[in-house]
Amino acid sequence: MRAADLVTAGALMLVAGVVIVDAARLGIGWGTDGPKSGFFPFWLALLMGAVSAVTFGRALARRRQRPFVSRAQLGPVLKVIWPAAALVVVTQFVGLYVASALYTGFYMRWIGRHRWGTVVGLSVGIAVAAFLLFEKWFLVPMPKGPLEAWLGH
Amino acid sequence: MGLENLFLGFQIAFTPFNLFIAVLGITLGTVIGVLPGLGGANGVAILLPLTFTMPPTSAIILLTSIYWGALFGGAITSVLFNIPGEPWSVATTFDGYPLARQGQGGQALTAAFTSSFVGALFSIVLITFFAPLLAEIALKFGPPEFFAIQLLTFSSFVGLGGGNPLKSLVSILLGFILATVGLDIVTGQLRLTFGFTDLMKGFDFIVAVIGLFGIGEILLSVEEGLQFRGATTRMNLRVVLDTWKILPRYWRTFVRGSVIGFWMGFKPGGATPASFMSYAFAKRFSRHPERFGKGELEGIVAPETAAHAAGVAAMLPMITLGIPGSPTAAVMLGGLIIWGLQPGPMLFKENPDFVWGLIASMYTGNVIGVLMVLAFVPFFAAILKIPFAILTPLIVVVCAIGSYAVHNSMIDIWYMLVFGVIGYVFKKLDYPLAPLVLALVLGDLAENALRQSLIMSQGSLAIFVTRPIAGVITALAVFFFALPLLTPWWRRLRGVPSPPPVPRET
Repeated sequence: MRAADLVTAGALMLVAGVVIVDAARLGIGWGTDGPKSGFFPFWLALLMGAVSAVTFGRALARRRQRPFVSRAQLGPVLKVIWPAAALVVVTQFVGLYVASALYTGFYMRWIGRHRWGTVVGLSVGIAVAAFLLFEKWFLVPMPKGPLEAWLGH
Repeated sequence: MGLENLFLGFQIAFTPFNLFIAVLGITLGTVIGVLPGLGGANGVAILLPLTFTMPPTSAIILLTSIYWGALFGGAITSVLFNIPGEPWSVATTFDGYPLARQGQGGQALTAAFTSSFVGALFSIVLITFFAPLLAEIALKFGPPEFFAIQLLTFSSFVGLGGGNPLKSLVSILLGFILATVGLDIVTGQLRLTFGFTDLMKGFDFIVAVIGLFGIGEILLSVEEGLQFRGATTRMNLRVVLDTWKILPRYWRTFVRGSVIGFWMGFKPGGATPASFMSYAFAKRFSRHPERFGKGELEGIVAPETAAHAAGVAAMLPMITLGIPGSPTAAVMLGGLIIWGLQPGPMLFKENPDFVWGLIASMYTGNVIGVLMVLAFVPFFAAILKIPFAILTPLIVVVCAIGSYAVHNSMIDIWYMLVFGVIGYVFKKLDYPLAPLVLALVLGDLAENALRQSLIMSQGSLAIFVTRPIAGVITALAVFFFALPLLTPWWRRLRGVPSPPPVPRET
């Protein structure tokens, strides 16, 4: 926990520094018609930097306790994060519906070890249902790829 | 006084379309409340884009119904699965899960739903009478008063939210900083964009909510392994009626819980402390305190009544002052702005049909809600029997769709993932998420109030102290901000031991 606290507080101080630099560029004082654009962010960032510095100092003074995340916990967490990131990457090329079918199918087979029939049936079924729900019923367009184009959408 | 308005509201809430919307919202909300990783706040956020084309009154009825449903759904997971869906359901698990293990799950759930309903109804009645009065007072408020109220809102997270006050403060500040990213509409300058066009639009609070609460929550829950587990229950009319015969015995607990809930709830971050306080009081005044924690029905009544009274009370500052009392209320407030309504006291003057339709729908929504959950518990509980490997990707896809739908932009899905990781890290390190979201929603309003106040006073901060109403509110805010410093000192002076820590509001 100590290391994670230090990294987070450090990152927040860095963010505060960046915001202060940008606020200084915009002007932190009084303009012709009230406070300049940098006024509000400057004070916010200054306070956040100061408070994070205290958190940083307190974490530094503390002794090491249990780790932020154990090896046994990190595994499942990563098994959620990276397929989700892959979903977003794939969406950019083939659209959301195809990507989500691939993603659900992959996940069901890899984690759940479901039978291939169930995997294909459900993943395609969910994607088609989502397509009908959002494109047809709610008229909320989602990213689409070559497959939808080939089908005339 | 407000009764003819309420009658007008009921005429709106009772149209077939709005009743259908309420039933739909409660069904969706209960499903969302039962599903891990989807709570009230991000459930409402995901469905918000679908309401853009609806009439505002129907839209708010849909969103509030989802909220009621999610509150009821949270009780199902607490009792049957020992998973508190929301922090204010933690106290419900103390006696709910033991009862379910003893085969009394039906009784426990009936008590939980009935208590929720009673607590909610109590707060709704108070809102019906107090909201117009509060709005009347708020109409006299100028920018300094509104900024002072914002200070008060955020000070209560620091002073009353529990957990580490410094980290609460950082969450608030970070939320406000994220809100400033993009175009400054007053001066027309770009802030914190560093030449990236994608940053010009800024960070949308809907995407932040979906990431922080949705993805972050899933990451936290899978740490214990890639599965969900739980107990089963039988639920029928007989169990419900038998439990209803016992419940009037606890009328004192109902009254106490409702009052505690309402009082704590209209301030932000109040639902969780209210549920714990109500539980502690019930145990204190009980003739059998030793039974608490082992499956005492009163131990469910107390926290559920208070939590729902508080959950409903969080709507009061939203409709009267334009300040949301909870993350879910914050998302609804964002919705109001998108539907073209100005949140705050003017709503009562300019859109009475909206406000009173909303208040009336709170009555209808909760009546429909309690009947639906009582009737369909087995169906909702069965959702958690869906295998993990199907449910998790489904939730992630729904979150992605919700994030994309806000602006039709891919970058928002990336933001959602990043916010998910931030949510996971913050929650583990005890940085609260609710104030971050509230600050992100209120950022522009707060900055404008501050700017206008400073223009009125030619740059002097004294304006927040010298105007009578603003002065009182500011003083109260300063007191809450200082509370974490004062409390240990006060305890030492009186020789009182410090109480056990209460888990903080998300």
